[in-house]
Amino acid sequence: MKHATEEELFRYRQGDAKGRETTAAHLQECGECRAELAKLEEVFSALDAIPVPEPGEDYGTRVWRQIAPRLPEKRARWWEPLFMPRRLVVAGVMAALLAIAFLAGQWSKTGNPGIGDVADAVKVRERVLVVAVGEHLGKSEMVLVELSNVQPASGQRLINIAAEQKRAEYLVEENRLYRQTALEGGDKAMASTLDELERVLLDVANSPEEVTPAQFESIQKRIAEHGILLKVRVVRQELRTAETGRKSQPAQTDSTAKERNKV
Amino acid sequence: MSGEQAEGVAISDAVAVERTLAGEREAYRVLVERHSQYVYRLAYRMTGKKEDAEEVVQEAFLRAYQKLEQFAGNANFATWVYRIAANYAIDRLRQRKNEDARREQPQRVAEGEPEPDPLSEVKDRAPSPERLAGSAQLAARMKEALDTLTPAERTAIVMRHWDGCGIEEIAAVLKSNTSAAKNTVFRAVQKLRSALKPFVDARGAARAVGTES
Repeated sequence: MKHATEEELFRYRQGDAKGRETTAAHLQECGECRAELAKLEEVFSALDAIPVPEPGEDYGTRVWRQIAPRLPEKRARWWEPLFMPRRLVVAGVMAALLAIAFLAGQWSKTGNPGIGDVADAVKVRERVLVVAVGEHLGKSEMVLVELSNVQPASGQRLINIAAEQKRAEYLVEENRLYRQTALEGGDKAMASTLDELERVLLDVANSPEEVTPAQFESIQKRIAEHGILLKVRVVRQELRTAETGRKSQPAQTDSTAKERNKV
Repeated sequence: MSGEQAEGVAISDAVAVERTLAGEREAYRVLVERHSQYVYRLAYRMTGKKEDAEEVVQEAFLRAYQKLEQFAGNANFATWVYRIAANYAIDRLRQRKNEDARREQPQRVAEGEPEPDPLSEVKDRAPSPERLAGSAQLAARMKEALDTLTPAERTAIVMRHWDGCGIEEIAAVLKSNTSAAKNTVFRAVQKLRSALKPFVDARGAARAVGTES
């Protein structure tokens, strides 16, 4: 019988997939290799015998005192405000809308466009919007899901929602631009869903950074009572379907889009 | 009063990073206080000395602060600072080995001795299984054995065994590929096993026949 090598036993112990089944089968039959594996295991047990001296509960504070005087001031550089998340979002949305306007305008400047040119421009416009709105809904859904899933610990006085609140703040601005675009494009159903989403996002954005459990519960209730999460998911799914089947399927009509608001 | 107590409520690492970058230096205190113990454990296991470990912790947080602009917002701060500490500790270990080698070399050359294999030194000093019965002795023996590892081997075994790091993460710290990192962990285990052979064999045999859990 060919015994497992030390390296094979080590890889087996480490959970390496390579040769795992062969080694496992061999170990079932071979007591000698099982003993070798046990010896290897002892090395790891021996490692655990080394104690790490406890640095003390206030260790973090001591480290802070030692390094604080050596930390230079961090000053925002002149260009940093331009790259703040909220401004980036608005800039991104504006860029997407400009691209749509530009692409949609191309055919009208060519004089006598053919039917194919018009259809292409419309398709491009739709595609850009579908992708951009899909991403926006995805980000919004994530914030709402995170808020819905938080269970405050018993006795917790305050819940910090600063991160979600900040994200909601810039999602509100993004949402406003997409809602206006949907209205101008005549997609009333989309505009209505975005309008509902905006109200919930505004609630979150206007909340304090730290809320009491009662305030937090009220935010969760507002998210739940509008069924907005489900609506957002349905619209995202529709957008995904529209994106994947864009070439083969006809454009979504306003009447089919209305169906989602019945959810 | 600690940073977290002053805040009244814990803020997330992501918010603390964002506030630090916005110029609020006190926000960094939250991160330091929250993760110092975790980084200390790594540093101690890598260096084996309290003073060196404390130096690694301070340097890791200083470097993390300096590089905070490079920190990707969606990453985990604890993992990031851990990696910075591991990188600094491995440099520190290499430096220490070089200094030790420089101190010892002139003596050996003068005495005309060949350079010994660190592993054989461990074997030569290996006490009997009886002497290793106590866990304090075992720990002391293992500490000695760890000191014979190269900085890369020590880093690899510490990251893998105690902190359960993935091979990719170890490879990133060692600046090698995953295959080389796997081999480094294996080499470290082999050396430790040789160093502790009498003890490991006796206990392993007992474990295999089921006389010891």
